[in-house]
Amino acid sequence: MAAVKLIGSPISPFVLRTMIALSLKKVEYELLPEKLGEKSELLLKSNPVYKKIPVLIHHDRPICESAVIVEYIDQVWPESGYGAILPADAYHRALHRFWTFYVDDKLFPSLVAIGKAETEEAKAEAVEQFRAGLRLLEEAFVKLSEGKAFFGGDHVGFLDVMLGCFVVWIEAMEEVLSLELLEEATMPALHGWVVSFRAHEAVKEVMPESGKVVEFFKMIRAMRMKAAADAAN
Amino acid sequence: MPQTASLHLTNRLHIHIVLESESERERERGARMAEAVVLLDVWVSPFGQRCRIALAEKGVAYEYKEEDLANKSPLLLQANPVHKKIPVLIHDGKPVCESLVIVQYIDEVWSDGAPILPADPYARAQARFWGDFVDKKIYDCGIRLWKLKGEAHQEAKKEFIEILKVLEAELGDRKYFGGDAFGYVDIALVPFFAWFYTYETCGGFSVEAEAPKLVAWGKRCMERESVSQTLYDPLKVYEFVCSLKKKYGIE
Repeated sequence: MAAVKLIGSPISPFVLRTMIALSLKKVEYELLPEKLGEKSELLLKSNPVYKKIPVLIHHDRPICESAVIVEYIDQVWPESGYGAILPADAYHRALHRFWTFYVDDKLFPSLVAIGKAETEEAKAEAVEQFRAGLRLLEEAFVKLSEGKAFFGGDHVGFLDVMLGCFVVWIEAMEEVLSLELLEEATMPALHGWVVSFRAHEAVKEVMPESGKVVEFFKMIRAMRMKAAADAAN
Repeated sequence: MPQTASLHLTNRLHIHIVLESESERERERGARMAEAVVLLDVWVSPFGQRCRIALAEKGVAYEYKEEDLANKSPLLLQANPVHKKIPVLIHDGKPVCESLVIVQYIDEVWSDGAPILPADPYARAQARFWGDFVDKKIYDCGIRLWKLKGEAHQEAKKEFIEILKVLEAELGDRKYFGGDAFGYVDIALVPFFAWFYTYETCGGFSVEAEAPKLVAWGKRCMERESVSQTLYDPLKVYEFVCSLKKKYGIE
């Protein structure tokens, strides 16, 4: 019986966050993917409030919400693997947490809106909103990285994990929708960061293949369009 | 006057002067320390109140600056350029934004006071989870109770009562959400205790009937000075919401 279990699969960026954290700490765990469209007994029992993945189960006790899970992992295995994920000083921790709030509250919904947009206008608006958010993160990166490779400086930190989980989805959407979302011209620092993040051993271990994410995105788009067409008829 | 008596008097005077200037220095030091911590806030904001309660629990001296949201100060715009919202804690010139981020920051910086988040990683994770739940659910659903009408209002009422019941179940028979110790989840939720009257009046239900343990918990929290000195009278909050409704042209 594995002491550490994780319900979910890396195609979900929120699950990927927790997998990156576990990988950084070199913690062994059992991955329990859910079937698409079905929620397991274990999931419903472990996360009765939201019934969502990811759920980390440690010594049979569930921890829910990806940001909470990553902080938990950092606290339980402080020195393991690549070391601390949260920054050492309180002010930087506050900045990483502030920007995580921003990513979850504003940036991610605008990314979803791009995928869901039904008209060209709606898409253009959503794209502009998303790019505006990335431009803020570009500024934040310059300040927080202090010339190093990551938001955490010379090692992968909390915000790297919380934002980095979306990289493969951003790329998939760029490919399928023929858009540039993470513009190299206006976001050179973030562009560089993506390269560093993707190159990190712990991230490479768990990052899903781009092809798989592209296929998955195409599939859910098709499902959504079919549902809309069925509803219209 | 005998020699010894005058000497005695002089010594007392000397000590008195020394003590006076020491307390003067203490006052100055206290004032300087308070200047080092500034809170940009609005009186009725439950999010701002979380910060005020946390600062009070830790005994931190700070300068409170009331913002006029219709006319935001240059300091606010500079301290929170992303959202331009209160609360903002400015510590030694460095701004911290997002109320729960601020509460965690206060807990970590003034670590010699009673802890707000528990030390145990699992208990801490539970506290973070429930603080996040309160953050995601109460305010947004609450607004719908006084802004919306008809079906949408009924939906909001159902949802809000469900939220209360979930919190009630989580609290159980404990003194506080943190157990015996007042903590993070209590701080995240208790400002909304002063909003219960508004929610139930606009919503058409009774919080006491739906979640009696939660009401009892709120009253227990109000026994703490940090809470009673921070929360406003529920009627005042209701008056405030009524004035907002008028402003937005809601019946």
